[in-house]
Amino acid sequence: MSGPRVAVITFPGSLDDRDALRAVRLMGGTPVLVWHRDRDLGGADAVILPGGFSYGDHLRAGAIARFAPVMAAVAEHAERGGPVLGICNGFQILCEAGLLPGALTRNVGLAFVCRRIHVRCETSATVFTSTIAAGEVLPVPVKHGEGRFVADPETLARIEGEGRVVFRYCSPAGHLGGEWNPNGSTNHIAGIANDRGNVVGMMPHPEHAVDPDVGPTGGQPMFESLLQAVPAGV
Amino acid sequence: MAEAAAGGEPIHRELGLTDEEHDRIVAALGREPNRAELAMYAAMWSEHCSYKSSRVHLRELPTEGPHVLVGPGEDSGVVDLGEGLACAFKMESHSHPSAIEPYQGAATGVGGIVRDVLSMGARPVALLDPLRFGPLEDPRNRWLFEGVVAGIGGYGNCIGVPTVAGEVRFDPAHGPNPTVNAMCIGLLPADRVLRSGGGRLGDLLVLIGARTGRDGIGGVSVLASRTLGRAGRDDRPSVQIADPFAEKLLIEACLELADRGLLAGLQDLGGAGLTCAVSETAAAAGAGAELDLEAVPLREDGMEPFEILTSESQERMLAVVRPEDLAATREVCERWGLISAVVGRLTDDGALRARDAGRVVAEVAARSLTDDAPLYRRAMAVPAGLVEVQADDPTFLSPTVAPGDALLRLLAAPNVASKRWVWERYDSIVQGNTAAGPGGDAAVIRLEGSLRAIALTTDGNGRYGRLDPYLGGAHSVAEAARNVACVGARPLAVTNCLNFGSPERPEVMWAFRETIRGMGDACRALGTPVTGGNVSFYNEAEGSSIPPTPIVGMLGLLVDHRLRLGSALRPGMAVYLLGETFAELGGSEYAETILGAVSGRPPGLDLEREAGLVALVVEAADRDLLAGAHDCSDGGLAVALAEAAIAGDCGFAVSLPGDLPSHVALFSESASRAVVWLDPSAVPALEDLARRQGVPIERIGESGGPRMVFGEEIDAAVVEAAAVYEDAIPGLLGRSAGEPMVRSTG
Repeated sequence: MSGPRVAVITFPGSLDDRDALRAVRLMGGTPVLVWHRDRDLGGADAVILPGGFSYGDHLRAGAIARFAPVMAAVAEHAERGGPVLGICNGFQILCEAGLLPGALTRNVGLAFVCRRIHVRCETSATVFTSTIAAGEVLPVPVKHGEGRFVADPETLARIEGEGRVVFRYCSPAGHLGGEWNPNGSTNHIAGIANDRGNVVGMMPHPEHAVDPDVGPTGGQPMFESLLQAVPAGV
Repeated sequence: MAEAAAGGEPIHRELGLTDEEHDRIVAALGREPNRAELAMYAAMWSEHCSYKSSRVHLRELPTEGPHVLVGPGEDSGVVDLGEGLACAFKMESHSHPSAIEPYQGAATGVGGIVRDVLSMGARPVALLDPLRFGPLEDPRNRWLFEGVVAGIGGYGNCIGVPTVAGEVRFDPAHGPNPTVNAMCIGLLPADRVLRSGGGRLGDLLVLIGARTGRDGIGGVSVLASRTLGRAGRDDRPSVQIADPFAEKLLIEACLELADRGLLAGLQDLGGAGLTCAVSETAAAAGAGAELDLEAVPLREDGMEPFEILTSESQERMLAVVRPEDLAATREVCERWGLISAVVGRLTDDGALRARDAGRVVAEVAARSLTDDAPLYRRAMAVPAGLVEVQADDPTFLSPTVAPGDALLRLLAAPNVASKRWVWERYDSIVQGNTAAGPGGDAAVIRLEGSLRAIALTTDGNGRYGRLDPYLGGAHSVAEAARNVACVGARPLAVTNCLNFGSPERPEVMWAFRETIRGMGDACRALGTPVTGGNVSFYNEAEGSSIPPTPIVGMLGLLVDHRLRLGSALRPGMAVYLLGETFAELGGSEYAETILGAVSGRPPGLDLEREAGLVALVVEAADRDLLAGAHDCSDGGLAVALAEAAIAGDCGFAVSLPGDLPSHVALFSESASRAVVWLDPSAVPALEDLARRQGVPIERIGESGGPRMVFGEEIDAAVVEAAAVYEDAIPGLLGRSAGEPMVRSTG
């Protein structure tokens, strides 16, 4: 395989790490396994923090994983402008690590929810959405108990003002509304980016949305964006 | 005389042993057992571990077949899937703990069944959870229901094994006695099956995973093998506490050990804890074992030898390791952050000897714990009044409800209604191979690197079991086979969980024997051997017993997952009914929900017809003739078609088959039937195939439009049906979006 090298980090309790590696391979990238105790990213061009319950969600989802040795390398990579995608628990870890603002809290309804939903892409200005038009609707699954995005009013205003909301939960036709929001997330936010657009965190699972035999395909354009962007030297 | 506890009751009785069993232990040892030995025997000779009341009957089940690699007796059965791959699968009950502490009881049930599959060296790839509760109108039943569902999700979601199917049914008799079964499926290389007899003299016994605490002591002997007292609060310390994070690490560590060839054997520590794991390992290897209790990592100080020997602390595995592989084994455990400790070794003298501080604290023949267990031929009797109930056939009662209203009421009946509220709380997609998840006839899991897939389902109908346990047992197998066939898979093998009341009551034992007879006949006719399972007796409390509740977990194989069938109706299709409808409302959902009668006999079952239907659907799927299929079971043809319409958001217009009264034609639960739909161009090929297989076939109508039309009898909107079907369970729970009473995971 010769596609861009995409690292997937396995923490103790990571669950969707194999799924992320498989998605990278299916979409034409070169998957690289990275262990939480590693101190480098194995020469990867991009990195994915996968879903799961790292460290059993002890203390708080993502709260312990941010201290894993590999996270220093992730922070450096992000600092250099390298692409970083946090999915589900990975999003929680990025927030805990301060690479993304805000926090993920218990779903409204307090129950875990596994469901096929739709998200509306809000911006093409990230490395993971460069080939997706704003307003495009993608079918993807969610599965989490703590996915309700919250932030203080100032931070929220900044994220919204700077166009850093990447995805919002929506109807299949792209409309917003409480019935389409699976966790009560503020402003229906499903994913956000840092100010440079190279770090994205999202609760839905694009890695479970690349293979039509086992799910929807709304994750494909995200991987396509990433794999196109990386050789261009982001 | 036996030692007496402080209260005056001899200790062996407190531990659940009878006086005769105590005498038997004295005879086996040639002396009085000490406290630790007594606890070991009590655990190993419990109903849960020894199957002392059920073994004589279980022998009647067919257990052999060309694909069976490992039959009953090991932690899980193992079936050869071809192409070098094998499948380990097993089902088990955790009803007693769940009745006391629903969250932890259900969670540890999932953990236990996962370790049963792991101990064969298999990666767990799917979970299924058949559940039975009392009516949700009762707040205590809601508490149990929500707690159990939260516990299953809380555990399964955290270990990365998808929960892909299951079923939930309701019956007043399950109020004080909820039934909580869990099934796990694992995949492994066919040439790398770990067996308990793999150890040899000098091999080390390495305990991996959680520390040993006082939780779960007496779980199997006291909790699972006795009738629960009122509310069972005093038994709460016998329920173990779940730590799914530790289980996830244990799975990865054990599979890495197996992949690297470091294991001579692997045993899970479940019921009867270390005693069971060590005695089975030693007995299977024809060896003895020395145990050093001081080496066991403990969670608390001052634990007595009997507590260490029988603790049921969760998330522990016992590895049998050659001395030269010890360093590598411990390194793998350390990498996954798990404690490992050499707690003993295999010896050649046949004795299981435990030392504490150098002193021998227990010494028994390893085989005696497993092989000398008593075997009971318990008395059997037909339950009083059963003949009268069977004679009271509801089929000929006049219907009081219009068919259209009856259909909507059936779709809202808790047994039939959508269980989305339950399965959306389970991660059904992790691992990325779920081709069909919950909500269909059977789940389909793709086999990675192959076009093939496995199909999985669980089935059991307590009404049928209550009215005729033979038919209840047989129907559970037949319906499971039909469900597997309706996704296009060939039925391969069966695991079961047999949930019953007290075996000390002759009518329970009679029903048990009848159930086994029915299940055995059906398994033989359908070519699906039973590779293992579990018996759960003593499901009685507050003077109430559950009805005979046999639950079958079936494994099927699809040659090409792209040919799998779905149960969502599509427009423009010819709709066919396969099989024949008879006047059979006995034991039906219609009789209970609409007529208020749980009486008569369950539908008849001609096993040759059933096998013919299964073969027809599988072959039609293989030849890509069908667009979809759905089996007819609860609520009959009307509910089957309505469910397909709701799933596909697509209506239909059909005429009613035969010259039966319309409500009978609509709602009869005659077996060996399925509805299928297909492109009109495939009609001649299907009709020809059905004729050759001798399966009755009738074109009943076409799909399309927004309404469900049954002749002159019913004309209802699909959206209206979908609303009652989806809203029923959330409505009973008093909330729509769902706000479960989630309890702490500890």
